[in-house]
Amino acid sequence: MNTVAIRALIRNDLRLYFTDRRAVLVGVLVPILIAAFFGRIFGGGDQGGDQGKIPIAVVDEDQSSVSRAISADLASDPLLQVSRLGRLAAREQVKSGKQNAAAVFPKGFGAQTTKSLFTGANKPQVELLVDPSQSTGARVIQGLLAQYSMQEISKEAFSGAYGRKAIDSYLQQLDALEQTPLRADLRALLSAARRLNVQADSDAAPAGNSGASAQRTQERQFGLSIPYTVASTPVTARDSTPYNSYAHSFAGMAVQFTLFAGIDAGVLLLLTRQRGIWQRLRSAPLSRSDFMLARALATTLISLFQISTIYLAAMLVFKVRIEGSWGGFIAVGISFCLLNAAFGLMLATLGRSAPTMRGFAMMATLLLVMVGGAWVPAFIFPSWMQNASRYLPTRWAVDGLDGATWRGLPFSAAVLPTLVLVGSAAICLLVAIWRFRWEE
Amino acid sequence: MLQVDRLFKRYGERVAVNAISFKVAQGETVGLLGPNGAGKTTAIAMISGISRPDGGEVRLGGVSLAQDTNALKRRVGLVPQDLALYEELTAWANLQLFGGLYGLGAAELQHRAKAALALVGLTERGADRVKTFSGGMKRRLNIAGALLHDPDLILLDEPTVGIDPQSRNAIFENLEELKSRGKTLLYTTHYMEEAERLCDRVLILDHGQILANETVAHFKQHYTNLEAAFMQLTGRALRDTAES
Repeated sequence: MNTVAIRALIRNDLRLYFTDRRAVLVGVLVPILIAAFFGRIFGGGDQGGDQGKIPIAVVDEDQSSVSRAISADLASDPLLQVSRLGRLAAREQVKSGKQNAAAVFPKGFGAQTTKSLFTGANKPQVELLVDPSQSTGARVIQGLLAQYSMQEISKEAFSGAYGRKAIDSYLQQLDALEQTPLRADLRALLSAARRLNVQADSDAAPAGNSGASAQRTQERQFGLSIPYTVASTPVTARDSTPYNSYAHSFAGMAVQFTLFAGIDAGVLLLLTRQRGIWQRLRSAPLSRSDFMLARALATTLISLFQISTIYLAAMLVFKVRIEGSWGGFIAVGISFCLLNAAFGLMLATLGRSAPTMRGFAMMATLLLVMVGGAWVPAFIFPSWMQNASRYLPTRWAVDGLDGATWRGLPFSAAVLPTLVLVGSAAICLLVAIWRFRWEE
Repeated sequence: MLQVDRLFKRYGERVAVNAISFKVAQGETVGLLGPNGAGKTTAIAMISGISRPDGGEVRLGGVSLAQDTNALKRRVGLVPQDLALYEELTAWANLQLFGGLYGLGAAELQHRAKAALALVGLTERGADRVKTFSGGMKRRLNIAGALLHDPDLILLDEPTVGIDPQSRNAIFENLEELKSRGKTLLYTTHYMEEAERLCDRVLILDHGQILANETVAHFKQHYTNLEAAFMQLTGRALRDTAES
């Protein structure tokens, strides 16, 4: 092994990289800016920031106590940003993307729902106009609509004006029918509800104390509600550590732009082959393995510089912290840089011309990073894509870096990502060795 | 010094070099002349160890290139036809790489690089990026890059192509200096007057075969001048084929 020549080649590659200061700056600054952007839109560095409400329009054509109550519940929900609009305006705003969805309560909604709650017949239809590109938001809205509707409709059905009429009417219908055990039970239930309402009315004393009166009014309105409350706790590295979405976005962008550095290394090798410098290298007492080793080490060092600088900015400016294992972070980082070096070498051996190779490599890299969850977390993908992403080294790199940063995982959690990355590097290197043409 | 014996190279169906044999003595300067596609660059590539011959042998100082390629490569300096320089780097950085490839340590490399830059008249421009150089300066630096490891045999593949007469003259003076130091030069060119001025002996190559191997004085005596000999031996038909 010609170690002096290997050192000279590595030094030269580093010189070439750092000579183009503008390219170095762009290679470090652009990923930081994009990571800052993605980190911000996914919540920023603290929980107190604007988490992003889902915009929804409510069209109340009924104007009943039920529809008004549901609208008020939706408006007070912290997940939603509710606008009250007419049907046409709501449709236009959904169409233009200003609202994720619009819920339309038709005329007669309140009266019909209280009846159909007991009979199951003649259910009114709530029209939900949805933006098909915002399917996740639409599902959230459907869930909240169901929750608030059941709450308000059952309240109205058992204790509201519509409900009382409906109970009286249904009891009259039952009286006219032949008595069966089931009808007898139902009659008993409805009679009990009517008695409760009568009792509640007599308990509601005239307003001498407005506070007490309001409380009594509240108490006599009873209906179905969710019989539990939810306390949402972000599971991060430590209970006292809030989730920092910059940690994920920096992992993604560090992976993406380091891969771009790998492509550049491949392009440089292809260009070198096409220039006189290749003859100079070939005429020197340098073996094929010395040359490939030097290129791989140089690209690894450049990748390490890039990933370190990006994370330094993440730590200093965006408060990203290694909440887990430093050893795990370093192991995943170095193994990813090795993969990147092997990836660059492989590209150079597969490509024939630099522009063609660059085009294909960029496309492949963007796919690798997108599906690997480098841009947005993989959980928003369809399940088949989430499964497919487990076969991509980019997913393991991002997961490994996430694990060492905001997830706060121990070194053991970094072992598998590291092995996958080193294994992928070995595969790329084998292809590179197989395809590399040293002899003319 | 250099012994080429029945050297043969084929690219697909085309025979680029067809069993050529010649010798170059220590300190001799030999010109390799031929039209485009004659096989000059292929021959130089095989002698420098870049390209593996399909047949025949190259021996340097009695040792076969096939036996100990790296040891022989240390005794050969190649000046490629295409500029073998990183234009983004300084002249000094380029020489540091080229010296490093031959295993030169830092102190020795510094000394050799200074000497090489001085020889080609670029001492003052060592710290400048190559992209700021003129064509002639780049050609001179291209030569300097092949001299750092103090080779016995220097292979020059059209070292003066595409530069002005002043620069060509400067390069000529550099080569004459090397010749005066006892270096062995094998030189390909299209310029007959260059070969007449510099070479002790000239090989005329065409279609991969050596058509003549004589001293410059011999050509002058039998053909008026070298150009007349060249045209008579290779013919007047245009050669538009690019050499592999």
